[in-house]
Order: sequence, then structure tokens, then C-alpha cells
Amino acid sequence: MEKIHLEFDVDGRNFVSAGTATAKVKACLKEMGINPDDVKRVAIAMYEGEINMVIHANGGKALVDIYVDKVVVKLIDTGKGIADINLAMKPGYSTASDDIRQLGFGAGMGLPNMKKHSDECIVESEVGKGTTVTLITNLH
Amino acid sequence: MRIREIAEVLHGSIICREDLADREVISACGSDMMSDVLAYTKDQAVLITGLCNPQVVRTAEMIDVLCIVFVRNKMPDEETIELAKAKDIVMVRTPHRMFSACGILYKEGLISGN
Repeated sequence: MEKIHLEFDVDGRNFVSAGTATAKVKACLKEMGINPDDVKRVAIAMYEGEINMVIHANGGKALVDIYVDKVVVKLIDTGKGIADINLAMKPGYSTASDDIRQLGFGAGMGLPNMKKHSDECIVESEVGKGTTVTLITNLH
Repeated sequence: MRIREIAEVLHGSIICREDLADREVISACGSDMMSDVLAYTKDQAVLITGLCNPQVVRTAEMIDVLCIVFVRNKMPDEETIELAKAKDIVMVRTPHRMFSACGILYKEGLISGN
């Protein structure tokens, strides 16, 4: 199987449509007959990342590469960036507003969930320039 | 436990996809925080929530939740219902509050799955 490359624009102004890119990736992986547990791990990690892009960074781009043995998801935004990545990785730490919490997110579990549900979670960020999160999930 | 039985014991009604209400559910998660739902929900699950926006359906979709139960008789809007229909997710609403709904289903044998 050759590499499959998918690209999505994540609309940062639309909370309702957040998750549509992940839903498409999930459907694609399912159709390819990939192990359901792996599909779920990719979906959870990517969905958390997509939500983060919408609530913190006015959207961005999602690049997905599907290989025989792994899925690589790259979430790129040009938002305000993360000042302290170690702090942001701490379960329960959140800078989300009360409005976001009322929508069911912003509990400070986004990045910890991405780490938990991927084999490698690389967060690169520069304040004022943006954040890139790379999620690598090995396939079984 | 079948989804239809869940609706019955919760004195609830099925909002959509009644055609899938004979599916068997074995675990449950009660939460309004979607990240917790994503982190802890196990297979063949029902999600019990007081949250009514489309992200509840998206969250359920990511982890293959079979049924969403809305407590306090909350009714999602048409857009949210349509999304659930498209994703093969049964929706149920119950007059019970979160605590009672979870208690009833726990007593009926559903597990948290952890």
C-alpha cells in the first residue's frame, strides 16, 4: 500500500462543524479495513486537536498521511501559540473560556488525551506565531 | 441491555433511529465534559449527558457510542438530531437527572468499562 495523503482546512469560526475533518479521516481508515482500536485512537487524538484549533487558534490545516504501519496527523495553526508546553500537557490545566466549558470542552484534557491516544505526540509552538501538533499512531 | 430497554427503565422516549434500538449496550459513561468521555468510554457504550450541541454527537461518533441519553428531558436541535441519524446513533431523552439516570442504569447492570 502506498502512502495516502489527505488535507483539510479547519474552520476556526465554526464550532458546530469542528470535527468534520476527523470524521472524514475516521471513515477513510475504517473503509481501508484498519484495526478498529487503532482507528479509534487516531480519531480521539485528532478530534481533540481539531477542537483545540477551533477554540484556541482560529482554525488551521490538518495534514494526514496514512502508511502501511502508521498514521501521521499534523495539525498546523497560526494562532497565539503555547507559552509553556509542559504546563499545557498537564491534565486539568486549561486557558479556555467559560463559554467553551459550557460547550463541553476546555477541561484541560485535550493535549493529555492526544498524548494518551497516540504513540508519539510532538508539540511545537511559538508564542504569537502558532502551534504544530504531530500525532503518530502505529497500526497493529 | 438493549437500547429499547434503556429508554423504558429511564421512562424516556426515543428521539431518533428507533430502527437501531435493539442494539446491545454493555457499558455507560455519564458526563458533560467531552474530553472525559473521549478518554474513558469503552466499547458498546451509552453516553448519558446534559449537553445538547452537535459536538456531543461528534464525540460519540469518534468512540463508536451506540446511544446518547439526554437527561432532564433536554431536546437537541434539528441539526444535532440529523447528525445523529446520519451517524447511526440512537438518541433517547429522559425526565431523570444525571445522577438518577446513571444510578438506574448501573442497577440494571451496565458497567463503567474501566
